[in-house]
This record gives sequence, C-alpha cells and structure tokens, in this order.
Amino acid sequence: MHPIIAIILNRLVLGIVTLFMVSLIIFISIQMLPGDFAEAILARAATEETVAALRKELGLDRHPVLLYFDWITALMSGDLGNSYTGRGVIGADESRAVFDLVAPRLKNTLFLASFAAIIAVPLSLFLGITTALYRNSAYDRIMNMSTLTTISFPEFFIAYILILFLTSLFPIFPSLANVDADTEFFERLYWSALPALTLTLVILAHMMRMTRAAIINLLASPYIQMARLSGATPRELILKHALPNAWAPIVTVITLNLANLVVGVVVVEVVFVYPGIGQLMVDAVASRDIPVVQSCALIFAMTYILLNLLADIIGIVTNPRLLHPK
Amino acid sequence: MSQEPNTYSALGEVGAVSEKRSLWQRLMLDLRKAPMTARFGMIVILGYIILAVFAPILSPYGEAEVFPEPYAAWSAEHVFGTDQIGRDIFSRMIFGARNTVGIAVATTLLAFIIGGSLGLAAAINQSWLDQFLSRAVDVLMAIPSLIFALVLLSIFGSTVTNLILIIAVLDSTRVFRLTRAVSLNVVVMDYVEAARLRGEGLWWIMRREILPNIMPPLIAEFGLRFCFVFLTIAALSFLGVGIQPPTADWGSMVRENASLIMFAQYDIKAGLTPLLPAAAIALLTVAINFVVDWFLHKTSGLRDEQ
Amino acid sequence: MSNKTKKGDVLLEIKGLKIQGFSDEKWHDIVKGVDLKLHRGEVLGLIGESGAGKSTLGLAAMGYTQPGCRITGGEILFDGSDLAQLSESEKRGLWGNRMTYVAQSAAASFNPAHRLLDQTTASTIRAKIMPRAEAHSDAKTLYGALNLPDPDHIGDRYPHQVSGGQLQRVMTAMAMSPRPDLIVFDEPTTALDVTTQVEVLSSMRAIVEEFNTAAIYITHDLAVVAQMADVIKVLRYGEEVEESSTRVMLSDPKEAYTKSLWSVRALEKPIQKPSDTLLSLKGIDASYGTVKVLHQVDIEVPRGSTVAVVGESGSGKSTTARVITGLLPQLAGSIEFNGEALPKKLSERSKDQKRRIQMIYQMADTAMNPRQTVRDIIGRPLEFYLDMRGEKKEARIVELLEMIELDASFLARLPGELSGGQKQRICIARALAAEPEFVICDEVTSALDQIVREGILKLLLRLQDELGLTYLFITHDISTVKAIADQVVVMNQGEVVEQGLKTDVFQPPHPEYTNLLLSSVPEMDPDWLTNLTRHRLETAGNAV
Repeated sequence: MHPIIAIILNRLVLGIVTLFMVSLIIFISIQMLPGDFAEAILARAATEETVAALRKELGLDRHPVLLYFDWITALMSGDLGNSYTGRGVIGADESRAVFDLVAPRLKNTLFLASFAAIIAVPLSLFLGITTALYRNSAYDRIMNMSTLTTISFPEFFIAYILILFLTSLFPIFPSLANVDADTEFFERLYWSALPALTLTLVILAHMMRMTRAAIINLLASPYIQMARLSGATPRELILKHALPNAWAPIVTVITLNLANLVVGVVVVEVVFVYPGIGQLMVDAVASRDIPVVQSCALIFAMTYILLNLLADIIGIVTNPRLLHPK
Repeated sequence: MSQEPNTYSALGEVGAVSEKRSLWQRLMLDLRKAPMTARFGMIVILGYIILAVFAPILSPYGEAEVFPEPYAAWSAEHVFGTDQIGRDIFSRMIFGARNTVGIAVATTLLAFIIGGSLGLAAAINQSWLDQFLSRAVDVLMAIPSLIFALVLLSIFGSTVTNLILIIAVLDSTRVFRLTRAVSLNVVVMDYVEAARLRGEGLWWIMRREILPNIMPPLIAEFGLRFCFVFLTIAALSFLGVGIQPPTADWGSMVRENASLIMFAQYDIKAGLTPLLPAAAIALLTVAINFVVDWFLHKTSGLRDEQ
Repeated sequence: MSNKTKKGDVLLEIKGLKIQGFSDEKWHDIVKGVDLKLHRGEVLGLIGESGAGKSTLGLAAMGYTQPGCRITGGEILFDGSDLAQLSESEKRGLWGNRMTYVAQSAAASFNPAHRLLDQTTASTIRAKIMPRAEAHSDAKTLYGALNLPDPDHIGDRYPHQVSGGQLQRVMTAMAMSPRPDLIVFDEPTTALDVTTQVEVLSSMRAIVEEFNTAAIYITHDLAVVAQMADVIKVLRYGEEVEESSTRVMLSDPKEAYTKSLWSVRALEKPIQKPSDTLLSLKGIDASYGTVKVLHQVDIEVPRGSTVAVVGESGSGKSTTARVITGLLPQLAGSIEFNGEALPKKLSERSKDQKRRIQMIYQMADTAMNPRQTVRDIIGRPLEFYLDMRGEKKEARIVELLEMIELDASFLARLPGELSGGQKQRICIARALAAEPEFVICDEVTSALDQIVREGILKLLLRLQDELGLTYLFITHDISTVKAIADQVVVMNQGEVVEQGLKTDVFQPPHPEYTNLLLSSVPEMDPDWLTNLTRHRLETAGNAV
C-alpha cells in the first residue's frame, strides 16, 4: 500500500474519533441542563406527577448512557428526533421531526454559504497573490490597511452598513431575506444578495491576508532564489516554482475560512432574518429546544471537522515528500 | 589590512554585534519609527481606557436612567437620542466601554492564564500530559467556538460570570496551542538543556528560561485574542444571549436599536444610531489590530522587501 | 588548476565595487571597494571569515544582490557589459545561461516539487541552448562525469530522495548543463561530512577542468580552496587583504593576517602522559526510541588530559556526551566517575555530581538565554552550586571574566551584544563557575572563524593547565584534534573504531575507517587532492 493511503486513512479515523468525541461533548453538556424540558414546558402546570409522566414519555428518565446510544443510533439512520416545541401538555402532540425542521434550512444555509464562497474564494486568491507579488507597493499597502480594518469589524457592523446604504438610503436590495422552498433560483440570489455580500466581506480579508503571507513565505525559500539565479522569469517563478508548493498552504487558507464562514452565518442570518440553520439554532437556544440545538451544533461541528480534514488531506496529497517516498 | 595577528584580543573582537541600548531608549526609538497606523491605534486604545476608567464622571446621565421619551432624536440634551425605553444612548455608550471592554479583558486574561500555563506545562513535560491536553484541545477546537458558546450559555444561563468562564475556557484552547508551539521552539534550545543539566527545577526553567523568550509572540497574541473575544462577546450579546440588560453593552445596543436603521431616509441621524455602538466596537478592534500588526512586524525581524 | 598555464581573455572584471546591507535600522558597508579580475578558464578562490563579504561579492559577480543589499558604487564588467547597469530582464538572460550558481545548501535549493532531471535542464532548455531531449541525455552524461550512482535514472528522483553529497553534485551538473562561461560556487561543501566532501570536490574539479569553465569558489576553508583555485583572493571586513596564485599564497603569504590564518593549523599540543582514570564508560548501549545509536562503547578518560572523540555526523559522538551527562540514560553498560558508579538518569544524580561534570556547546548563540545578562549567566551556577551571593558573587564573576580574558565591562551585556568568540568564552566561564573536574566540549570551535578558534583553543589549554581540568572534546575536525588532544577516540556508526594516544592513532597502520577519515581531511597542499584521487584509484584498481 502506498504510504500516503495509510496516512489518509489514519486522518480519516482520527476525524471519525473527533466527531464521536464532539457528539459526546454536545450530548453531555445538554445532559447538564439544570431542570429539563419537561419542567420547562409544563411551567406553571408542573406538579410532580405530570413532570414524571412527561419525562417518562420523552424517555428522559432513563440512564444517560442509554439515552446517548439511542440518540447516536438514531442519528446514524438519519433520525434527528422530534422537536420539543409544538408539543403541548401530554396528549396534544404537534411537534415536528427535527429532520424536517433542519433539512430545508440547511439547504438555505448551504446556498448562502456557497454564494458567498463563490465570490470570496477566487477574489481573495487573486488579491492575495497580486499583493504578494507587488508587496510594499501602494496597492499592497492600501489593501493591507483596508483588510486589516475589515477584519476588525463585527459581522453585524458590516451587515448594518450595507443595509443603511443599499436598503435604507438607496433601496436596491431587500433587508429581509424572504426565501422559502419555492423561491426560484434568480429570485433567491436577489433576496440573499445582502447576506451573501456581508459574508463575503467577512471572510475576504482574512483569506486574502493568509494567502499573501503563504506566498511571501514561499518566495523566501532558497530554491526560489536559486530559480531566480537560473534565469527564471517572474511568471515562471510563480507558476512553476512557487505554486506547486503553495497548494497545501492555500488550500488550508481556503478551508479554514470556509469553516469560519459557517460560524459567520449565524449572526448574518439573524440580522437578515434569513431562514437558515443558524437562525434556527439561535431560536432553539432561546426556547431550550434540546434536540434542535443538538442537531444544529452537530451539523456545524461536522462541517467544521470535515473542512479541516479536507485541508489536511489536500496538504498531504500535494506534499512531494509524501507523494514520492524514498 | 594592517592589523597584526598578535594584537588580537577577545576584548576587541568585533562581529555582527547589535548596539547596546537601554530598554527606554529602544522603546522611544521604536515609537518614533512607528507607522501612522500604529500611532493612531495607540491613541485610540488610550482613549478607550480613559473612557472605561472615568465612565461615571464623563457620562451626562446614569447607565440605566430612563427618560420619558423613547427613541428621542439627537439633541443638545441627549447627544445621540434615547433608546427604545428612553435611556440616554450617549451615556450608555460610555458605560458600554467599561462593561464590554472590561468583560473582554477579564475573559482574555483568564484564557491566557489557563491556556498559557497548560501550554507551557505540556511543552516541558511532553509526555502523557501533553498527549492528553493536545487531544482534548483538538476535540474542543473541532467545535466552532461561537456555536459551542451558544450551547453552553443556553445551558448555564447568560450571567456575566458564565460568559467570562465559558468564553475564556473555549478561547484558552487557542492560547494553549500557541504557547505550546512557541515554547517547544524554546525548550529544545541548548540553554534550557544547560539549565536542566545544572539541576534546575521545573518552575525555575519555566519562569526564567522559557517565559521571557516567548513573551513577544504571546503579547501579540494577547491583542489578537482580545479582539476575537471582544467580537465573540459582542456577537453573543447581539444574538441576545450575551451581556443582559440593563447593563449597557455595545452588542445588545445594536440589536435594541436596529430597527431605527430603516428610518435613515427620513432622518439620517436616527439611521446612524444603531451603527454607533457597532462602530465603537470596530474602532477598538481596528486600533488593536494596527498596533499588533506593527508589533509583529517589528519583533519578527522580518523585512519582506524584495 | 594551479598547474594549468593557459589563460584566456578577461571574462569578468570588477572595479571598486561597493555594496551595503541594511541591518539594525542602518545601512552598513559589506563590500568596501573591491577589484577583481577573472580570465576565461580560471578558478578564483575567494576566502575569508564570516563578515568578510565573500558571499556578497560572489553573488555580485553575477549582478545579483540579496534582498536588503544594494550596490552603491563600482562596475561589474562581464564580457564587456556592466552588470550593475543591466536591467533585471537583461540579467535574467545571462543567469542560467552564461553564468550559473551552486549554492551551499543543496537540500534547500532544489524545488521539492520537481524531478532532478527537469531542474537540471530547465535553464538550458529555456535558453534554447539544447533541445529538450539532447539536454536530458547531456545531463545524464554530466551525472556520470560527476560520479553519481546510476546516472541514467537518478534524474527521475525528487530532491528529498537522494543524499546531501549527491544533491550537491546534481547541482553542479545543473550549473554545468548550459555550458556557462562562469560558475559561482558558494561554499558548496561546507555542509558535507569530510569523507563526502572529498568525493564532491574531486568531481567538481574534474568537470570544471574538463569544460575549461571559469569559476569563483567561495569558502572559508583554506585547504579546500587550495585544491580548487588557480588564484586565491583573501578578504577581510569587505576589503581585499591580498591576492596571488595558489602556490605562492600557500608557500609565501605576504600579509600578517594571511599568515595568521595559515598558522592556526600549525597549533599542536604536546602529549600529556596518562594518569589515573577519571571517567570510564564500559559497554554502553543507547538508543533514541527504537533506533540504536551506540553499541558497546568503552571509553577511558585519564585525569587532567584531553580525550578527543572524532567522527562524522551519525557516528554517535554527541550521543556519547548525552549519555555521560545523564540526559539520555544508557540501556546497558556502566559509567564510573572518580571511582564511583554514576547513576544513569540525571534526576538520580546528586547536585555535587552534576556540578563536577559541565558541558560547553557548539552554538554559543543557543547555549545562552538571550534575555539574561552575562552577570546572570555566570552568576547562576555560583549561586546554585556554591551558594554565593551579593558582593562575593559579583567579585567571583569578575574574576571568572578575567580568567577568560574579558573584563567587568561585560557584566551587563546581553548575549546579542557579544561577538561569536566572546559568547563562547562566556559559556566557558559559566562552566568554570561550577568548579568542575570534567568538561565536555561539544564541537565548541566548529562554528567559529579560524583566528577566533585559535584563541578559544589556547584558552582551553591554558585553563586545563591552571585548573587541572579534564576535557572530553567532541569534534569532526582533525586539525582541532591535533591542536588539543592527548588521546583520540575514533567513532563510526555508534561504535568505537580505535582509541589511544594521539601519536599512536595518527600513526599508520590504521583500521580501514580511520584511514578513510584521516586521508579525507584536506591538507594545505595544492596537489593533495590530485595525489589522493590517484592513490585511491590505484588502490581500487589493485583491489579489483
């Protein structure tokens, strides 16, 4: 077996272990909730008997280890459990399956994130590479200062500035992202333009700066000086000498920022009332809807882990030392 | 060359020797050469500190003082108007400096105490402790910290203490990683081995040999971590699960007054009101980033000129 | 070569070249008006110590200045055109075409992402000197001429798949591929072991001679440059000291500085008669993880003498030191010190046992905490072992400083404010502060310039005389051994090959490895390499 396959398998196993640990952490922390959902929904009507009955019905009275295994096996089969909201006092059960709640919103979020990523990734790579090439030029300095500034802005600040200009003062885009399952593609683009623009600005600066740093770091290698002294043109230097070694750092930069994008989505969705998974989670946290919080947290964590795993693997696959072992 | 070989002496030996300067001289020299951005940053940070310390003296009204007119326009009486229940926004902005910045500083400090000491210990110990801590941190960092904070805050409730504890613990993972990495570079140095050979204890090695040499990256990281913590807390408050009313806080002030933004076409001042606390947050983080950027550039000794 | 008589026209002429470098927020002069003339087919050796500006000058000969440097005056006339005035793209047309470069660290100078053959021929193909297929087959011929193993296929490998010595030869092939008029060799063998260095040197010399290429050979090692160059130019502090043909320079140097460089090699210590044993290692085995690095090592160190441990990288000489200090507990065998058994682990040794054995490191830069002053560095062992405080401590520190030929003005300095030799002296003082009986010197002079090295060696000898110290001197440099040792231990691949009095070990007959090692050490004789190569060929011929 090629050693690289062994390394990748190793990373995959590690990723799965991490995922398992994360699910355990999320589960345990939710178990630590002071006063469970049964008390919360029964509120004033709570007597000891009604609480006990509801707990039994929800299966909350069993041993936590059993609860975890139930949860995890159900998860594997795509069953995320039932939401607690919509559930009245015993008998009148109008709760919905978490899966049905999460799935359409996850789709919306993925749409929004891809929208932002498709603009941000090529743009920041272009800016990062050009600033690295023309470093210390006026262009580089201006980019450096403006990205340093935008990095420091909270997401909602960017969002409200955009709203102020593009909605309130000059009504070009809508401030509320009114999308649902039936919205057509181009209409969807229109409605989610502002949230996507906000997200783009949020990750653009980071991604550009990291790309620039990675390229500059690379250009300082002795083999680049050697290539220059062998008469390589600037174009060759970048395309033939720097780029083949730059994939790993650049991909790391991209995936890392996509992971940040996932987090940035939460605030942006709330600002624009975009029906995505971030907003769902914030609502669920407010109403202590445990199955929903669990599922959302797990989805966020999973995306995050997968993206980092991807970065890792691309880094391995593009490393000539590992690709061509002794 | 005329220098006779037998006039050679160790005393007169020259080489690439840096000039001897006192700490103060070096500081002044650095400050004089600091770029505009860094100077601007330092002045802004100083201003925020003054605001935070002297908030009760500087603000015209109390933090939670309610006036009869909600959403009052900007006027001489209420510089930035009043909020949805009639509190003076200008005064709350000033108190916000104290609350938001104070909480963020406390959180960052705590994160550094936890992450820094564990990172240092892991780097020196390099056995089971290192293994255990590093794996634990890997797992904790696999969950985006804002999401994790949301889960934990919903469980433990949004008190200031919980907020500080939760964010500090989550953020200490990053401090741990950095401290461990930079310490590892120092631990392998011969002078640490020399101290070990001499028979020095762990504490002495940590405090005298390693700590002074990892300070520059840690100081820079403190600035960046502070920004991150500050933005996280602001985001949480904005989402309604951070600092709770009636405490004046910039993040929640943005949320409370957000609806005013749609009035911008009628009254631009009203439209700007929710942006003020957001801008206050942004200005401070910009200032810190400018200073840290300059500091990093200076201490890394990197000159990336062609 | 030195015996080569034909000289072509002037290929390169440098007139009054001045170069400045930017550091510590100021521009400093690195090259202060140097003239240089190189004829076609001639090899010029540029030699000097660190800070002499030789590398800067060598690169400037190609019209290249490193980032942070600038040319402030003078001309660099290559075949009539002034490189200092040419544009970047005009120079690019010369680089990798009419002038090529061989860097010090081959491992870092090859692009890890491409195969060696492609890197070897890239500039030749770009400059359209040969079509691709021809360039490739030519490169394979060059690989063969440079004695690389399997010349037809070695080019298919990636840089990390071949050894350092081989890489350096591939880089020479790369430099030769476009058949340049000029090659600049920048310390090409400095990073190599001595036995590898010989092979690389003779390959390089043969090929430069074959194509009658002009070359500038930059090095700090006199014996090496003596083998390579027709003419030697000695530089110091960015200025020329003197220049003459290799034979004249070796036999009759004019300037005092040059003479002093030559004299370092003449330093030789009279042998001390062995007395009772201070330290003995018996049957030591040690390993890093699962890799065994020491096999059954026995070493005897007599009191008051210097035992030099010689070997190449990977021989286990530094590991031996780590075992003695207790940093790496041995797997088997025992250490006796002063007649009593020394515990394996550092933590099991008493404070007094630790005090008696002190260590001095190769890199004084990393051996001292950059944030502590000289006072703290030397004062700590006094405080720690001897419980000295206050004025008593201060007085003792000054005494120690005087012992190492420095004075009280150094007390408040940080290591960054000291020169290389001064740093190593402070390290010696720190070891002496503990009042040890036994000092391990791990390559203490190999990072230093020759004159500074001589000063440190003399100091160590004087201190041994005055304080009755015993040294274990680890080194790869035979001339250092001659200068300081009473006894010699030769190590190879974790085993002791030979040990005994210096005179005995350096006298033939030798075990095979000692022979290889000793014969590979370059000598100050321009014919040394020629004779050695002939001799080795003959022996190999006889063996077949």
